[in-house]
Amino acid sequence: MATSSDGALVQVVGLKKYFPITQGIVFQRKIADVKAVDGLDFSIQRGETLGLVGESGCGKSTTGRTVLQLYSPTAGQVVFQGKDLTKLHGEDLRKMRRNMQMIFQDPYASLNPRMTVGDIIGEPLEVHNIAKGKEKKERVQELLSIVGLNPYFVNRYPHEFSGGQRQRIGVARALAVNPAFIVCDEPISALDVSIQAQIINLLEELQEKFHLTYLFIAHDLSVVRHISDRIAVMYLGKIVELTDRNALYANPLHPYTKALLSAVPIPDPIIEEKRERIILVGDVPSPVNPPSGCRFHTRCPLAIDICKRVDPEFRDVGNNHWVACHVV
Amino acid sequence: MATLLEVKDLKTEFRTQDGVVHAVNGVSFTVDEGETLGLVGESGCGKSVSVLSVMRLIPHPPGKITNGQVLFQGRDLLQVDDEEIRSVRGNKIAMVFQDPMTSLNPVLTIGTQIGEALELHLGMTKEQARKRSVELLKMVGIPEAEGRLDDYPHQFSGGMRQRVMIAMALSCSPQLLIADEPTTALDVTIQAQIVDIVKRLKTELGMAIIWITHDLGVIAGLADRINVMYAGFVIETAPVKEIFGNPLHPYTLGLLTSIPRLDAAMKSKLTPIEGLPPDLIEMPKGCPFYNRCTFRTDQCANENPALELGAVRHSVACWNWQDVLKKRAAYLSGRA
Repeated sequence: MATSSDGALVQVVGLKKYFPITQGIVFQRKIADVKAVDGLDFSIQRGETLGLVGESGCGKSTTGRTVLQLYSPTAGQVVFQGKDLTKLHGEDLRKMRRNMQMIFQDPYASLNPRMTVGDIIGEPLEVHNIAKGKEKKERVQELLSIVGLNPYFVNRYPHEFSGGQRQRIGVARALAVNPAFIVCDEPISALDVSIQAQIINLLEELQEKFHLTYLFIAHDLSVVRHISDRIAVMYLGKIVELTDRNALYANPLHPYTKALLSAVPIPDPIIEEKRERIILVGDVPSPVNPPSGCRFHTRCPLAIDICKRVDPEFRDVGNNHWVACHVV
Repeated sequence: MATLLEVKDLKTEFRTQDGVVHAVNGVSFTVDEGETLGLVGESGCGKSVSVLSVMRLIPHPPGKITNGQVLFQGRDLLQVDDEEIRSVRGNKIAMVFQDPMTSLNPVLTIGTQIGEALELHLGMTKEQARKRSVELLKMVGIPEAEGRLDDYPHQFSGGMRQRVMIAMALSCSPQLLIADEPTTALDVTIQAQIVDIVKRLKTELGMAIIWITHDLGVIAGLADRINVMYAGFVIETAPVKEIFGNPLHPYTLGLLTSIPRLDAAMKSKLTPIEGLPPDLIEMPKGCPFYNRCTFRTDQCANENPALELGAVRHSVACWNWQDVLKKRAAYLSGRA
C-alpha cells in the first residue's frame, strides 16, 4: 500500500495498463507489450488536487484514462467512492461515470464540430436522465455562465469560439453532471500563455465552489506546482516520487525529479544566469523494453551497481514523502 | 558591435477569402553581430511571419511583403534577385524550424540532407561534405556520428532530430541563425539539452541569433535583448534584464504576471490577461491592446502609439507607460 486510505476519494492499487503489439494479418500474434503504466499505487483525498507530471510517453495520460476506465486496466484496482471500478461493467459502470468526468487536452478535437454548444453541454444531462427540455436548456445556460461564457451562446457551434473559450465549453460539459472527481488531461497546454491563466483560475474557482477533486495531468512543472496539493512524478510508466508540492520543490529526493526541476526555465534572467542545470544525457528509453532494475538508471547521474539489477521499492521516507530510489 | 541585420518598417499581409490579414504591421528592429535577439509573443502575433519575410520565404500568393527594407550587411534582401537570395539562405542566414518531425525529408538520409548545403554553397565534393557532416553531428552532440550519417530521420528521436536540424543550419557557418520555436515540440529535459548546445555554439562560433518563442522562461536565460510582439507590432524592446525587471508595456507586464513560476511564493493568484487578441483582418484604429488593457485611456482608442527607436535602449509603444511604472508594483507583488 502506498498511501493512507482514510478519506480517500480515489484509491489506485497496483494499476497496470499494457498495450499489445501484434504481428500478422489473419492470425495476429502478440509479440510484445507497450508497458504504458506499470504498477501504480496512489490515492487522492476528497477535495484535493493531485498533480501528475512527466515527459511525453511516460504514461501520465494513460493513467488518467485507465483510472476513469476509459481503458480497461491490465491489472490492479481503482477504488472510487468505496467501489472497485475494475469490477464494474455495463450499466453499473455507466452510472458511476456520472461522478467522474474528464477535461481533455485539445479543445479543437474534443468538441463535435456538428453539435451546438447547447447540445454538447446538454448531452450528459440527457444520458444520465438528469434534465430534459426546458430544464435542460436552463441548466446549460447556468453552466455557461458558471464557466464565464455568455448564456446566449447555446446555439453556436464550436468553430465560432477561440481556444480558451472552447476549453471553457469542455469544462462546462464535465461539470454538467455534478461530478465529484475530474481528470484534467493537460487542459491548458494547447492554449496561449495569456489564456492559460484564465483557465487555471477558473479551475481553481470551480474546485472551491463545487468541492471538486482533481487529477491534474501536465508536463509543465510550474503549472502543476501552482495548482496541486500533492504531486506525483512519473517516469516510464512508474511513479518515482510522490509528496506534497512544497516538499517536492523544496526538497526533491529522486534524481529524476531533481533533473526535471532544474531543466524548467525561470522567467528571470538574473536567476537564470546563476542556475546550475542538471542536464540528463540521452532520451527516454522505449516502454516496450524498459531497462532492467531501476528504469532511470540509464540516464541517472547517481546510478550504482544495484540500480541495474533491482527495481527500487516505492517507499515512504517520512512525512508521507514517497520515493523509488536505491540511492536516497 | 556592428549592425548585422536591420529591418525597417516591414509590413506583410495575406490575402484570404475573408479579407486581408495584416500579419506584420510595420516592424523595425536590428540585430548586432554576435547578439541574441528574442522575439516573444503569442500565436498569431507575427513573430514567425516577420522572420520568414526576412528570409523571403513567405508563400506568394497569398502572402505579400507590402512595405519595408531588410538590410543584411548593407544589402536590401527584399530587392535582390532570386539567385542572390538563394546564396544567402542557408549560407549566411540559416533557419531552424519548430517541428523537427516534419522539417526533415523522410526519404533522404541525414548525411545527404546535411551535405546538400555544403556541396551547394561551399562547393565541397561528396567526400569532403561527408567528412564535414560528421564533424557537425559531433558538434551538436550526436553519439557515433559516423555510423548515423546513413540513417533516416525516423531513426532519430525528437531531440536528436532537432540536433540534426541545428547541425544542418550551422553547416555553412552562418552569421545569423534564426530559430523559430526550436524547443516548443520537445520535453523539458530535452529542451535543456538543446538550449545548452545553442549557448555553447554561440560562444564558439560567434554568430547572431534570432530566437522566436512564446516561453518567457527559455528566453530569459538565452537572449541579450527582447522584442515583445502583439498583433503584428513590436510593442516593447529592451535588453533582457530590463524586460523582466522593468516591464513598461501593460501587455509585457500581463505576460509576466499570468504565468506561474517555479520559484514563486506559495498560493499566489495568477492575474490573467482578460479577453482575446484583436482580429487581424479588421485591425482596431487605436492601440491593438486597447480592449484588454487595464491602463487604457480615451487616447488609446483612437491613436496607436508608435515605438520610438533611436538612441534609447528601452523603448515602449504605450501612451500610459508612466502610469504603468507607478502602479506596476501592485501587479508584481503577487510573485516572489
